[in-house]
Amino acid sequence: MSEYAVELLGITKRFPGILANDNITVQLRKGEIHALLGENGAGKSTLMSILFGMYQPDGGEIHKDGKKVEIRDPNDANDLGIGMVHQHFKLVECFSVLDNIILGIEPTRNGLLKKDDARKRVLELSERYRLQVDPDALVEDITVGMQQRTEILKMLYRDNEILIFDEPTAVLTVQEIAELMQIMKGLAAEGKSILFISHKLNEIMEVADRCTILRKGKYVGTVDIADATPEKLSAMMVGRDVSFKVDKQPAKPGKVILDVKGMSVASGRHKKNAVSGATFQVRSGEIVCIAGIDGNGQTELVYGLSGLEPLAGGTISLSGKDVTNETVRRRSVLGMSHIPEDRHKHGLVLDYTLEDNMVLQRYFEPQFTDQFGMLKRREIHDYAQRLIDRYDVRSGQGCETVVRAMSGGNQQKAIIAREIDKDPDFLIAVQPTRGVDVGAIEFIHKQLVEQRDAGKAVLLVSLELDEVMDVPDRILVMYEGEIVGEFKPEDVTVEELGLYMTGAKRQEV
Amino acid sequence: MNTNEKKSLFEREGFQSLAASLICILLGLLVGFLVLLCINPAGAGTAMVSILKNFLYFPRPAIALEYFGSTLVKTAPLLLCTLSILFAYKVGLFNIGASGQYTVGAGLALYLALAFRMPWFVCLIAAMIGGALLGALAGALKAYLNVNEVIAGIMLNWISLYSVNMLLTNVKESSTTYTSPLRTGNPGALIPSLGLHHLFSENRYVTIAIPLAVLIAAAVWVVMEKTRLGYELKATGLSRNAAKYAGMREKRNIILTMAIAGCLSGLGAAFLYLSGIEQWSCAQTAVPAMGFNGIAAAFLGGLHPIGSVFSSFFIQHITSGGSYVDKMVYCSQISDLISSIIIYFCSFTLFIKHCMKQYRQKRKASAGAAKPPKQAAAAASGKGGN
Repeated sequence: MSEYAVELLGITKRFPGILANDNITVQLRKGEIHALLGENGAGKSTLMSILFGMYQPDGGEIHKDGKKVEIRDPNDANDLGIGMVHQHFKLVECFSVLDNIILGIEPTRNGLLKKDDARKRVLELSERYRLQVDPDALVEDITVGMQQRTEILKMLYRDNEILIFDEPTAVLTVQEIAELMQIMKGLAAEGKSILFISHKLNEIMEVADRCTILRKGKYVGTVDIADATPEKLSAMMVGRDVSFKVDKQPAKPGKVILDVKGMSVASGRHKKNAVSGATFQVRSGEIVCIAGIDGNGQTELVYGLSGLEPLAGGTISLSGKDVTNETVRRRSVLGMSHIPEDRHKHGLVLDYTLEDNMVLQRYFEPQFTDQFGMLKRREIHDYAQRLIDRYDVRSGQGCETVVRAMSGGNQQKAIIAREIDKDPDFLIAVQPTRGVDVGAIEFIHKQLVEQRDAGKAVLLVSLELDEVMDVPDRILVMYEGEIVGEFKPEDVTVEELGLYMTGAKRQEV
Repeated sequence: MNTNEKKSLFEREGFQSLAASLICILLGLLVGFLVLLCINPAGAGTAMVSILKNFLYFPRPAIALEYFGSTLVKTAPLLLCTLSILFAYKVGLFNIGASGQYTVGAGLALYLALAFRMPWFVCLIAAMIGGALLGALAGALKAYLNVNEVIAGIMLNWISLYSVNMLLTNVKESSTTYTSPLRTGNPGALIPSLGLHHLFSENRYVTIAIPLAVLIAAAVWVVMEKTRLGYELKATGLSRNAAKYAGMREKRNIILTMAIAGCLSGLGAAFLYLSGIEQWSCAQTAVPAMGFNGIAAAFLGGLHPIGSVFSSFFIQHITSGGSYVDKMVYCSQISDLISSIIIYFCSFTLFIKHCMKQYRQKRKASAGAAKPPKQAAAAASGKGGN
């Protein structure tokens, strides 16, 4: 018997214009947690997609228990006991959580679905691993966090031996992450082998046994975590030293840009308001952060501010103008930019080219459309090229790349470039660093601070405590649709914030 | 940038579309021929040739030219229906209601022409408005009530058919079920030919509708590819949420798309009936096939407005050609059956194109394994370019 559960040997994979994997070798020992670390576009997701049978490698071999195997599609992978939680979930939106978990291996009797046993097992697993889900809720109605838990349960339900976690903590809260770490350790102790893709060095340091580092599609090295330091891993990953602290001067808040009074937004899921009576201001030259655990009304708050959802009550004014009943377009023209939470759903038209996406908020302006309604293609191209160069957006074929083919981090950079270049008075950034690597996080934080220093009002919505503590000048904590606390980051500890985020404490604001 | 990288002929999008269309046509012909063989082996060859020859059936060039003109007269409305389907398809909507919009167009054009003796352009505009309104109705149902446009379209097809039959009964000939001929009833409602009919052996049905249809195809291409409107509509079709996020009025866009598609279908009907080549039968119990043939023509034309011009002609060519099959050897339904089989296979174009792509990728993969150094070098230079 081989000591390895699965081995990826000399894997090479190329896409048009890009060598995504160049002779990469990863050997996963039985019962170990093996981290895969690399920047956006380093080739981690591609490599895992190959292991999961979604892509065929152009070169190299995959061995399972020492024997060469062919993985032609995810069914082959599943037969070999390989399961995966994808970075972008693969769930059927209009199915219930339970239906999604049993999808493909539905228990039947005489050709009819028989879900009782399945439900019992799912509830058991959910209990045992403390993965809180509502089996009967439709996936389209549940939070991103619960969707992820559904994905994990899906894998556990299939008794997979080799578990791939593709950036599983990106959307989880601190407590959930700690629990997930425990779950992963428990699974490894039971002999399951885990491949763990992450950008978060502290998580890797905490949970992994070994770590393989990739850079720009190439194999850099594999290290034992016991002998490694975060600094060493980080240096291997980016090939340079990264500063973890956000470098900024004290804020100089100016006039009020955003003034929200008693804002309520109805919930799509239950009868209660998802946001109730939120009152706050954001001034020019400051970054205000909405902190809170996923699903406490942040998403709806942003929908209300940007005009995607109507308000159930209250008013919003932007630079002194009442925009409560204005359209999304009108708010955008009046100086509101929005980096959305879900870049695939809202931020991009995935089948449009990069250049067409770069003008998604401005295509109607006279500089891009003439008086006859014809697009000025030349100007759009030149403008997009300028943004690509300035914000270092990488892609296979430049302006012509279909955005769907780009890596997540570069898609995010494209959105940030587009929204910031619009020169807004007020910028909403919702989890702008979700699922992007350390290098890009640094870049994005720098952009936010630069916007602040240029006199813009910035509203950051974040689930990451590091981000909440480091980036903003003011923190508002949201709990169950209400703002329950306001702090200056230098006056509060993470532990204190946690108490407000979990509803254990509240201020009268 | 490696956008200038030379692609082999086989990798060009246009070539693949064309090849896929041709394969579909050949498959359709083959299966059609097999069906003819099964029914009566003796006449199969001749029948197939008749269908393909269409107007060339007539040995005298002058007569062939005249019938060529007639095929073109019927190509114009088909092209408009094709464009209607294509326009909606590009915005992510499937306008199976094109036939109904076409029916409403025919009804309004003929009624205004015969009951109110309106000039041709008034009838034409009325047909466009009628089609547009019916399209907008399906669009509104989709946008506001989330009713699938296919279901709404099919229902509206039948509602349109029987409403139009009722309406046109008021202006039909007393002895037949057909509407009165325009040439005697109201010659002012006939679309002018501006001398075009001289080119087709004095075929009096040839009108400016034919060049107009081609111009409209070009206009559809410009709107889709070059205008702000096309940009918005396609964005809405590809991602409704992203369109909403970008401040586009996505509900309005869906309705507008269906209205434009309906307008094209309605205009198509006016192009046919205001040429005088056909009269509407108030007893017909089937929705006109133009709208459905437009679906096949749209796919056969590679979902490109200019490709549609050629695919519409081909489909009309074999549809017309069907009438030349020897009725002594085959029953009279055979012509429709064979053209339907060919049209059926034409709608497989996208599928064939997909198969071709897969085949090429596999070929490439095995070629890559055979000579890795060259491939790696190419990939490396590609990477350097971005």
